[in-house]
Amino acid sequence: MSLDKATVARIAALARIAVPESQQEALSGELSTIMGWIEQLNEVDTDNVEPLRAVMPIERHWRADEVTDGGAAEAITANAPKAHGAYFVVPKVVE
Amino acid sequence: MQDLTTLTLTAAKAGLAAKDFTAVELTQAHLGAMARHRDLNAFVTETADKAMAMAQASDRRLAKGEGGLLEGLPIAIKDLFCTEGVLTTAGSHILDGFVPPYESTVSRKLWEAGAVCLGKTNLDEFAMGSSNMTSYHKGVRNPWTRKGENAALVPGGSSGGSAAAVAARLCLGATGTDTGGSIRQPAAFTGTVGIKPTYGRCSRLGIVAFASSLDQAGPMARTVEDCALMLEAMAGFDPLDATSADLPVPAWSKGLSGDVQGLRIGIPKEYRMEGMDGRIEALWQEGADWLRARGAETVEVSLPHTKYALPVYYIIAPAEASSNLARYDGMRFGLRVEGRNLRETYEKTRAAGFGDEVKRRILIGTYVLSAGYYDAYYLKAQKVRRLIKEDFDRAFGQVDAILAPATPTAAFRGGEKMDDPVAMYLNDVFTVPVNLAGLPALSVPAGLSGDGLPLGLQVIGKAWDEATVLNVGRAIENAAGFGLLPYGLGEAA
Repeated sequence: MSLDKATVARIAALARIAVPESQQEALSGELSTIMGWIEQLNEVDTDNVEPLRAVMPIERHWRADEVTDGGAAEAITANAPKAHGAYFVVPKVVE
Repeated sequence: MQDLTTLTLTAAKAGLAAKDFTAVELTQAHLGAMARHRDLNAFVTETADKAMAMAQASDRRLAKGEGGLLEGLPIAIKDLFCTEGVLTTAGSHILDGFVPPYESTVSRKLWEAGAVCLGKTNLDEFAMGSSNMTSYHKGVRNPWTRKGENAALVPGGSSGGSAAAVAARLCLGATGTDTGGSIRQPAAFTGTVGIKPTYGRCSRLGIVAFASSLDQAGPMARTVEDCALMLEAMAGFDPLDATSADLPVPAWSKGLSGDVQGLRIGIPKEYRMEGMDGRIEALWQEGADWLRARGAETVEVSLPHTKYALPVYYIIAPAEASSNLARYDGMRFGLRVEGRNLRETYEKTRAAGFGDEVKRRILIGTYVLSAGYYDAYYLKAQKVRRLIKEDFDRAFGQVDAILAPATPTAAFRGGEKMDDPVAMYLNDVFTVPVNLAGLPALSVPAGLSGDGLPLGLQVIGKAWDEATVLNVGRAIENAAGFGLLPYGLGEAA
């Protein structure tokens, strides 16, 4: 599987990472090598194999549906690059 | 007085109980060692003031005959665990200035047991790497060097700072996390012991997430007994982690006899690989001989899907990472690089904040989860993951534990393997299958390479059977009599 420059640009946009055009060629080569190496999984017959989703299935507990935490808005916004009291300040979303 | 940094965690505990020295003296000795060995770059943040305050509190408790399992014992925390009020970076630029308002469950349990926090150790960025070279805070130097050489070697990764700090006697023990070998590989590279417990043994709450179905915390120390003691304090049910198991925590350190009489030890034939270091193969054989000499029986077992573990891992881990790392958007914490609009702010922030390896993995993860590819990659990988787990299930129908090498080579230089991601990934060929199967496994130093570097053997156990893993590890430790100090240590002092 080879990932061309256009594919690299598309997944970079999906991942919200700016990748300048000058780096797309090199990344296309690196990612194609990795994906090519991964292709060997096609050798494995997985018909009738259930995907493994929980590696250590454990019994979950029920608990009462009640509030056990909260009221920590100041602590939560303390690390924000921009905050106004208990609010995050973000770029304008609606034009 | 004796150099307190040469003690094991267990011996230091006994020394405190016998009042041979105080927690303050023990902590000062380690803070001194940290200051002398800053060239190793093992720590991102040193917390000397906090350490002294904690040590004084421990001494007060010890004087009253009180104190927890690790009372007064100075340890280090991998900088992937959130620590309340103490900078937590995950080795990344994107978490610049992040000071968590809460404590990870594992570190909280360690402080509740009385342990003293020396600082936060360096690591590969977001725990993605096998060399510690991907850290935004620069690489860590392995305290070991090749015999007669002075060239810096990597300590392995991702828990490279923890491994180097333990090997260089900067702390009595340290926490690590292991997603594909990040405890066991650096332990092997530095002549230290590390155990990845069963998935679900230690809470993941407050550990910066990499690949949630694989991540597991564990201890790193200089002896198997020290690891057992530390794990007792770290493990246990946490209602705030939905994958945490509600099982009793055994007193592992008390049950360590090193007696392997009658145990059946599996030797997986697929782990004998082309191009493997001859000395590692010989050491693996020697390990089996040691266990047989102590009354164990060795049995060849087959894990036929071993060769597919790495490609499965490099779908599942990046896929989960691309989801987990979506939270770093410059809005709520860490770095923000302003753009002309919201979307450009996201893109610029993430471009500036993540390093090359992290970006590579996010892009791979995004690709394999993108429309039209999910079934071909992620679902396929989950299916092969089941086959890998079933290989282990079958093997454990025949044997009590499995003996394997920890790594295919000894420690390497910082520049080696950096330009070829796949060559770097091969470092984890013996460790990754264990994470995919969720099993407990330990790396214990067992001998030296031809050029005098530590090599580790790996003991893999059944789910929740850390007791056997630790006990077999103890038997190997007894037989190997490793107990060596890094050559580099004297020169760096």
